[in-house]
Parts: sequence; structure tokens; C-alpha cells
Amino acid sequence: MPTSNITFGKTGSAIKVIPVDEVSLEARAASLATRSIKTNSKRAALHLSIRCMDLTTLEGADTPEKVASLCQKAKRPDPSNHDVPSVAAVCIYPEMVHYAVKATEGSNVKVASVAGAFPSGLSTIEARIADIADAVKRGADEIDIVLNRSAFLAGDEQRAFEEIVASKDACGEAHLKVILEVGELGSYDKIRQASMLAMTAGADFIKTSTGKISQASSLPRVLCMAEAVRDFAYQTNISVGIKAAGGIRTAKQAWHYLVVIGETLGTEWLNPEMFRIGASGLLNDVLLQLNRLDSGSYSGPDYVTVD
Amino acid sequence: MGNSNSKDGSALEDFGIEYASAIESTSLVNIKDNYGLFIDGDFVASSSGKSFETLDPSTEKSLSVVTEASPEDVDRAVQAARVSYEKYWKKMSGADRGRYLFRIARHLQERAREFAVLETLDGGKPIKESRDVDLPLAAAHFFYHAGWADKLEYAFPQRELEPHGVVGQIIPWNFPLLMAAWKLAPALACGNTVVLKPAETTPLTALLLAEVIRDVDLPPGVINIVTGAGETGSAIVEHPEVNKLAFTGSTEVGKLIQRSAVKRNLPLTLELGGKAPHVIFEDAALDQAIEGVINGIFFNQGHVCCAGSRLLVQESIADNFIDRLQKRIELLRVGNPLDKNTDIGAINSKAQLERIDQLVKAGIEEGAEVFKPSCSLPDNGYWYPPTVLTGVQQSHRVAREEIFGPVLVVQTFRTPEEALEKANNTPYGLSAGIWTEKGSLIHWMAERLRAGVIWANTFNKFDPASPFGGYKESGFGREGGMHGLGAYLKNTGGSS
Repeated sequence: MPTSNITFGKTGSAIKVIPVDEVSLEARAASLATRSIKTNSKRAALHLSIRCMDLTTLEGADTPEKVASLCQKAKRPDPSNHDVPSVAAVCIYPEMVHYAVKATEGSNVKVASVAGAFPSGLSTIEARIADIADAVKRGADEIDIVLNRSAFLAGDEQRAFEEIVASKDACGEAHLKVILEVGELGSYDKIRQASMLAMTAGADFIKTSTGKISQASSLPRVLCMAEAVRDFAYQTNISVGIKAAGGIRTAKQAWHYLVVIGETLGTEWLNPEMFRIGASGLLNDVLLQLNRLDSGSYSGPDYVTVD
Repeated sequence: MGNSNSKDGSALEDFGIEYASAIESTSLVNIKDNYGLFIDGDFVASSSGKSFETLDPSTEKSLSVVTEASPEDVDRAVQAARVSYEKYWKKMSGADRGRYLFRIARHLQERAREFAVLETLDGGKPIKESRDVDLPLAAAHFFYHAGWADKLEYAFPQRELEPHGVVGQIIPWNFPLLMAAWKLAPALACGNTVVLKPAETTPLTALLLAEVIRDVDLPPGVINIVTGAGETGSAIVEHPEVNKLAFTGSTEVGKLIQRSAVKRNLPLTLELGGKAPHVIFEDAALDQAIEGVINGIFFNQGHVCCAGSRLLVQESIADNFIDRLQKRIELLRVGNPLDKNTDIGAINSKAQLERIDQLVKAGIEEGAEVFKPSCSLPDNGYWYPPTVLTGVQQSHRVAREEIFGPVLVVQTFRTPEEALEKANNTPYGLSAGIWTEKGSLIHWMAERLRAGVIWANTFNKFDPASPFGGYKESGFGREGGMHGLGAYLKNTGGSS
């Protein structure tokens, strides 16, 4: 893909999109995955990955009780150990927002709602904007929308861009995360381009995946996005957050993401304001690893709560 | 969120997260107090009784005492190789020679960790490199050439060829075991016997290889390993019964060897120095190009003959690129080579450290601007931080002479023609790198660059099947692939 400039946008100045070399990118990601972590630092890393976690349930079968249960787990992941911090946010459907707002009241846990015809984004823009506004009205602190991949892949980047701008307006005070659905974009060049487009349009966060398709977050894809974030900050002085989601299930995987973010963007990104991991199954593995640090032995899935 | 200045952090430590000081255990490695010369299948004493110490360059502590081979010892080794050639190796079938090479390769794989740790102790290179690059490649060279041993007639059809006989091989200190593998594997596959001299600062992995050679029951005298410095080397070069010479090392020594070899019309391959241009065009994948530049110059502390030591960056992106490069260099981890998280290890020797220091000072005197990251260096041992010299002109010494250390010199260019002209304007010609997303430009450059190896959108990639070697003062002859194999056979005058 040739270098291209995205020239529209509020920033007014042209944003340059730099191409990505697939082989070298993947080699770099693989080499970062070989970094090893000191035993007495593991606890800090595990706590950080909890503090950056968006505990997620996005099922058609979600109920008020299910969401209440998720929120309890989010506030106090390990009821037997108060040193374990709460997660960054719970991530749910708009219909569930007011239950989550109630259940997290008085805690630091934010409520993030997917909105805007998640996961396809293929409703009319009016319907999507209304969906976002509704979720915000119900009390969501953060809104996770999807990039219009249909428009983006058809070459109508302008439309994809303007829709994000409109979504950002509808968010008001709420933070906007734009899901690129990287597994559908086909190349690292497209991931880079979509990242720059979303950031130029005003995204507070760019996010890898909906979790609804099998091709989700991977270390090289997140490295690709992190390089885009670094480049965007370089070009505009604006720091955008990054969220890895989908398929992240083990504490070790979470640690690899922290390394990639830390070594690409620097430690300013290693906090819940700038980095999130979206996951449903990850938390319990992290808790089991924390237990192991305390007790010296690995307990097992029955020693952490299912939700 | 919002507007804040972006700055690359230097460490995760701020957050209470430290990378493991994950020191690879040295318990696997059993270093003897002293080593003899490996001649005719046994470790033997020198006729002169001379010896020298080999150090761990990261601590300056002595590791062992190694025998210095005298000219008489070298003569003994050559005679052993001659007898072995006539008695066993010449008569052995290619398939059987291949079996020995396969065995060596497998033993190297089985003992890879031990070899990697020893390589790092003796040479100062990071364990992640000796573990992930040196050892796998060394084994791969034996595997590759094992496969050729019984297929030489297919490699060179319609030609009558035979081995040279006794081959003298002298190897450098930057990739001690790997260079031994590059030299030994093709020589043996083609039916030659060998006298090998490892470098005086890094003899230990070659001596451990001698153990492997014994363990695989290689007939005595097929490989003889003599340790020592320049005098030992010249005894090999001058020996009248050596039938072929192969040398990897400095251009200066290479010229001396060539002078000697040419008098006797001795077949010779030389793999010498380099000052490789690494050319970055404005349309390149810049984030990956930065990683490529880092790998190109800081791999093995820059002790690499094909290191991408001259960065040529298109002027339109130069400031931006150098800015990003410097931020990336801040993140490099310099320190204990045995630490698995170390990116840059110790400089191989005091002499080399002094040479690097002297050349960088010369560069600064000539007007170059110097960038060094804020990393701290250990108190003991030989260390040099990753360094970038900008504002370098073609006529500066640092743009012309091989530094052989973690020092990158940066120049700019405006057009592909200018890049090419500057890239080729060097007495060397070992390797070159090109970064651009435009395929036609890669081809245009690659056709015109006078260098033996050209990498496009990557750097420092090696494979035993790929020939390696230089133009001009970088030497002649190729190693690896069928080209490298041919150097260990001579034409007996058959039809072609």
C-alpha cells in the first residue's frame, strides 16, 4: 500500500499514514514475547493487568442478575484478598447499562457500553447515534463502537471517518473507544490506516476486536496499533489509548501485551487511562497466578469464582 | 487522555515491574582449568609449553588457560590431517562422511544450551543471540552440508572434482562456533581434512566442539584445532603442506594471507571487513525500518562484518527518522550478557574497545555529532553504549573505516542515484540493506549495489543454503550454498 495522507478531520492538518512491513513486525512481536519477568515483579504486573481490565459480558442471554454478578466480581475480584485491585470497567450491552451503573455505584469501576449496532455497525447512522446517546443517557462512562468496515473496505474512508466524528459528538463526556475489528481488515497496512483514521476522527481509544469473530487480538496486531498510536502522538501531540480484546485468556498473554505497550509506547501508557484489556476469561487465570505467588502452589479453577 | 506530550519511557521499572534479571545458569558448562591442543583426536601439550588466558569480557575474569600452538605444533597438526586424509577420509564414501556431519549437528542441538552459555561467557554476546542465532545456525550448517556429502556429483554435474586435501582455516572472534561450523562443514562434506585456528579471545567453544568431535567417533586427525594468536595463524598460512586456506577476519590480515598464498598459487577464500550501507527511502515502513537498523548495527555489539554500519536516510525524512531511532535506542538493555533480557552485551576485548573509542573520538573531531543513550554501563568488563553519529560526511574517517562496534554513522541522500553513489563509494562490499515499499526501486538498487549480500526490508538474515561473501576489500569466494561447497573441491581437468 502506498503511503497515503488522511487529510480530513478536526485537527485540520494532514495525517501521514506510514506503511507496515509484515515480516519485520511479526518478528519484533515475537522477540518481545521472549522478555521474562522477575518473580518479585510478577505481582505488580498481575495487579496492573487487573487494573487495566474491562470485564466483559456480551451475550444475548445476559440478564440483570448476570450483570450484577459481573459487577461484583469487577469490584472485588478476589473476595478473600482485599489487596487485589478492582478492574477498570465492566463492558456490556446498552440494555444492561442501568443495572451495571447501580451495581458499581460508589466504586471505581467504570461502566462501558457497546453501542452503535454492535458488532456489525450496519444500521443507519441515525439509529447508531441514537443507540450511543441512549447508552450515555443511561449512565455509561465509556462507549465502545465499531468502525464501519463496510464503508472502510469499500474505499469510502470519508464516510467511516465522519461517522466516528458524529459518534464522538453523541458521546458527550463519555469516552469513545473505536473497535477496528482487525481480523476483518486483511492486512497490517489496513490496521495502521484504520487506526490513524479513528484517531484523527477523535477516538479516545482504539480497540482491536468485538470478540465476535475468531480472528481477534494478537500480539503483532496490537504492536501494529501501538506503533500507529506512537506515530499519531508524534504527529499531533495527542495521546490515544489502546484496548486489546478477544482471545486473551492467560496471565502470560496479558503480560506479553504489557511488554509490547511498555516497550513501544513507554510507561505513560501502562495505566487504565491509556491501556485496557477486554476479556471475560482472563481474570480468573490472573487470580490463580496471584494465589500461586502467595501460596507457592497452583490451586485450580474451583478456588476462584466463576462469575 | 487528551493532549499530553508523547515520550517513550525507558523502562517498566517505574511501575514496579522489572524484567527478570533472568540469568542463564552456567551450571551446565564445565570449563576446565586448562586446555591442550586438539591434534590427531587427542588433547596434547605444546612443544613450547606456552599458554595464554581467555577472559570473560563482561567481568574481565579469567575463564581458563589455553595452549599456544607453536609452528612445530602446527606442523604436527598438519601431518595428522595429512595422514588422516590418506588413511581414512579420502577413501570414505560421501554417505559415510555425511553420517558424521549429521552426528555432529545432532550433538550440537542436544548440547545447544551448554554451547550457548559458553559462547556468551567467552565472547560477551547476549545469551538470547547465542541461544537463538549462533547455535541453531551452527547446527543448520552441519545438517545442510551433511546432505551434500553424498550428492556432490549432482551439485557439480559433468565435472571431475576432488578434495584439496589438508585445509587450513582461521576464524574470527565475533561468531566463534558459527564460523567454525561455516568452515568445517563444507570442508568435511567435500572430503578434506582440517587444521582450524579459533581466535585467541574466544577459543572455548571450538575446544568444546573438539569434545563433540571425539564423541561422534570422527576418525582422529580429520579435524585438528590449534589455539593461538597471529604467530600460530601464520604458521598455518606458511605451512607448505596445506593445500587450501580459508580465512575470516580483518582486511589487514587478509591481505597478508593473500600475499603469502599467491606465491604458492594456493586456493584461498577470504571473508573480510565491511562498511555496509543501510538505505532508508522515504516511503519505507519506518517503524520496522527502525527495528531493522537497530538489528543491523547493534546485533552482537556491532561485531559483525556485514553490520549495517552506514545509515543512508532520505533527507525528506531524516530528522524524523533519527529522532525516532534515538528514542528506540533509549529502550535497549545493555548489560550482563547472560541475562535473557539483555539486548547488547560486552565488547569482545580491551583492544577492540580501544579501537571503537578511538574511532568515535576521531569522528567527533571531524565534526560529527554524537548520540548515546542514558543507559548505565557495568563497572567491570569492556562496555560501549549504542552510539549514533550524525552529521557525518562521506569523507569522514568514520564513514570510511570499519568500526566493528555498536556505532552507527548517519548520512543523508536526496535521490536514489545519490544513495547508490554514496553506498558504493567504499573500499568494502560485503552487504547492503534497502528499505522501501516500492518493489521496482528494490530491484533497481539491488542490481547496482556492489555488495555480496543485499537484504530488502530486513537485515542480518542468514541461511546455510545462501552464499555469503564480499566484493572488493571485503574478500572473495563464497561460503554457504553450492558456491561455498565448490571452494572445497578442485578441478582435476575433466570435461565440462
